[in-house]
Amino acid sequence: MSANTTTTADGQAPAKQGVSLPQPAAATSNAKIMRTAGVILLAIGIAAPFLSGNFLIFQLTMMMIYAIAILGLNILTGINGQFSLGHGAFYAVGAYTAAIMMDQFGIGYLWTLPVAGIICFVVGFLFGLPALRLEGVYLALATFALAVVTPQLFKLSPFEHWTSGVMGIVISKPDAPFGLPLNPDQWLYFLTFAIGLLAYVCARNLVGSRTGRALMAIRDNPIAAGSMGVNTPLFKSLAFGVSALYTGVAGALGAIVVQYISPDSFTFTLSVALVVGLVVGGVGWLPGALFGGAFIMFVPNIAEELSKGLSGAVYGLIMILMMYAIPTGLGGLLKAALTALSKRSMNR
Amino acid sequence: MSKLLEVTGLHASYGDFRVLHGLDFSVEKGGISTLLGANGAGKTTTLRALCGMIKRSGTIRYDGNDIGSKATEEIVRMGVAHVPEGRGTFTGLTTEENLECGAMTRSSRAEIARDMEQVYHWFPRLRERRAQQAGTLSGGEQQMLAIARALMLRPRLMLLDEPSFGLAPMIVQEMFSILRKVNEEEDVAMLIVEQNAGVVLELADTAFVLETGGIVMSGTAAEIRDNETIRAAYLGY
Amino acid sequence: MELLAQQLITGIATGGIYACMALAVVMIYQAIHHLNFAQGEMAMFSTFIAWQMLAWGVPYWLVIPLTVVVSFAGGVAIERLVIRPLGDAPVLSHIVVFIGLFAIINSLAGFIWDFTIKPFPSPFGEGSQFGGLISNHQIGMIAVTMTVLVMLFLFFQYTRVGLAMRAAAENPASARLVGIRVGWMIALGWGMAAAIGAVAGILIAPIVFLEPNMMLSILLYGFAGAVLGGLTSPTGAVFGGFMVGIIENLAGTYIPEIGGELKLPIALFLIVTVLVFKPTGLFGRTVVQRV
Repeated sequence: MSANTTTTADGQAPAKQGVSLPQPAAATSNAKIMRTAGVILLAIGIAAPFLSGNFLIFQLTMMMIYAIAILGLNILTGINGQFSLGHGAFYAVGAYTAAIMMDQFGIGYLWTLPVAGIICFVVGFLFGLPALRLEGVYLALATFALAVVTPQLFKLSPFEHWTSGVMGIVISKPDAPFGLPLNPDQWLYFLTFAIGLLAYVCARNLVGSRTGRALMAIRDNPIAAGSMGVNTPLFKSLAFGVSALYTGVAGALGAIVVQYISPDSFTFTLSVALVVGLVVGGVGWLPGALFGGAFIMFVPNIAEELSKGLSGAVYGLIMILMMYAIPTGLGGLLKAALTALSKRSMNR
Repeated sequence: MSKLLEVTGLHASYGDFRVLHGLDFSVEKGGISTLLGANGAGKTTTLRALCGMIKRSGTIRYDGNDIGSKATEEIVRMGVAHVPEGRGTFTGLTTEENLECGAMTRSSRAEIARDMEQVYHWFPRLRERRAQQAGTLSGGEQQMLAIARALMLRPRLMLLDEPSFGLAPMIVQEMFSILRKVNEEEDVAMLIVEQNAGVVLELADTAFVLETGGIVMSGTAAEIRDNETIRAAYLGY
Repeated sequence: MELLAQQLITGIATGGIYACMALAVVMIYQAIHHLNFAQGEMAMFSTFIAWQMLAWGVPYWLVIPLTVVVSFAGGVAIERLVIRPLGDAPVLSHIVVFIGLFAIINSLAGFIWDFTIKPFPSPFGEGSQFGGLISNHQIGMIAVTMTVLVMLFLFFQYTRVGLAMRAAAENPASARLVGIRVGWMIALGWGMAAAIGAVAGILIAPIVFLEPNMMLSILLYGFAGAVLGGLTSPTGAVFGGFMVGIIENLAGTYIPEIGGELKLPIALFLIVTVLVFKPTGLFGRTVVQRV
């Protein structure tokens, strides 16, 4: 019995936090609700930049950028069951890739996105190799260290020629192409919107594919997955790579939208915010990324409204209360609501 | 004799899965009762339910008090020592530290020291291993340690979960003779869960036969032992 | 040679601080199997409390015990009010709650005492011994951390409460079966971790100066120490803490590429290397996992 208790405490699989798919019986009605919600969201998303001021557009753009980053983290944590408290590092690598390409080489901003993605994929894949040996809190610990150290790494003098050290890099905001009647903020909004949509569709397809099933099998039971012939090390590293790719593209977009980066834009607060967004949105539930993005973009502002001096404390308090109220995040809440709803309609 | 432990209508479940369906049984003051039954009948669950380690309902009266809603540590503090399945050794502590843990609820250092001597007298092997990490002890030694640790509580009732499990017959005999001595000399009542019905029926005065979460038979140990039909149907020996 | 001696002493002195933080982290990890990412902030807040008392004119010899007592109570209160209601929620929920705690404590400290850097006087005064080889404060740091560590060792090894805490951490179910009130042992662990953190904060504040973000890097070194020694071994954590302090100072001095700016990445490097090659640390026990 002693062995049992230690393993449950230690081997608490992150999978338990995952939001599993709804029951097949309720699936059709749930799918209908979800699809309707998706269409409404899409319509709001297209209309929003024409109805709001430039600052709100900027905020909404940042929200979607965070959502893309959180989507990446969700692939790693929600789908594959690996933790990362250090995704701010990949966000930073993406941002620096974009900024250096534009600043040093004058390359067009659109080209920086795929390059940032590829570089981050490679970096993520490589980081995933040592991370293979780590599980649970140990991985959380290692990635936490990465998050704390990230700004230091970008301040290093050997790279100063590229990164401009603590000074940071200023980027100019691109105009809308093809003479589209959009101001730069609106254009970047739609660009982010399109990339976000593409990222979401790709993530969904990934989850539904053989690869996705392998990733989830590893999450639920790594040893059994291995014995069924899943190449666990390869898939786990791959998950890290893909996850970093998403976050890196988000970082590149973020650099372009904010127009300025410096090492201190990527402190461990950023990494931590991504995790908070992930958990609040719902681990394992892909659309949750959008809500997570909204949470980390807007809730600090709300906290500031409530109390200027104590905004951090209010934000922290909201986080803790959220965890008591909905430990499985919005995704879990929604799933519970849908299950209750379909149960009632089936009883009738 | 009056009853030390009296259980009526005990229900218990793991999550939504009901395991016990209204058990009635009892242990006399200073008596030994045994719960017999095959694997999965709910014997371990019954002991866990008595100690509040899982959710349960029904009345559990111990020494006149209702303990049906008390926390595990509070029940233990009333003198109920549970020797769990798998022994529950503190593997990282030394043998002697394990025994000290057993006496954690008591205050008189002199009495604890005396009882320590007493259990070392009963289990001389433990004295040899006193400074050794308990995790390095053999299975039989760990079982003895578990019983010795329970005795350090100065219990009035001991709950023993398969004390003979995985032990060589010689050691089983030795252990049961010690249990008999404890029962006679210290007046400790016992509720013993066993698959090894032959041995335990020699020791117990009352027996209850458990099958899929319900008591199907009860009587004195002698009655159960001498009834060919019961032996063949439920006890398999 | 003198430089080497000096760096070794500095390493041991700061290593003692890391050892304290590592021990605090390990104590909570053993009790609840989660890493307290807010451990550093708790220590920082304790240090501010000490600073405030000093500013009010309370003598130093009274400030330290008062701060330790207040921190102990604070640690117990956090466990009871914030952590306990979480129960066995998943790892990520715990992480978010720790992050929330981090934000709350950090923001509160900034709100009450603002974010400007404050000098913090050493309880051992200025000046140095042996011709400047070792400062009075370093002697004090080493003496105090050693005393704390020895006292803790004696507490866990030779007192019944210490034994009960070890039993509760190792096997909570069995601990309940011998009548140990496991919930209170966990709260006690939090209180002690907070108190140890307070001592570490007060000792390091004269060196890094006092401000709400002062403990982040210290905590990281503490984590590195805990990992190096093994998260399951308090003795290992203490040893690891000292090792990290020494490695940090020697590497910073003798490997020019590292200098000052790479000191923090050393912690990352250490953590990842140790975890990859010996995940249980130098002293840790392997936990067998079931499928």
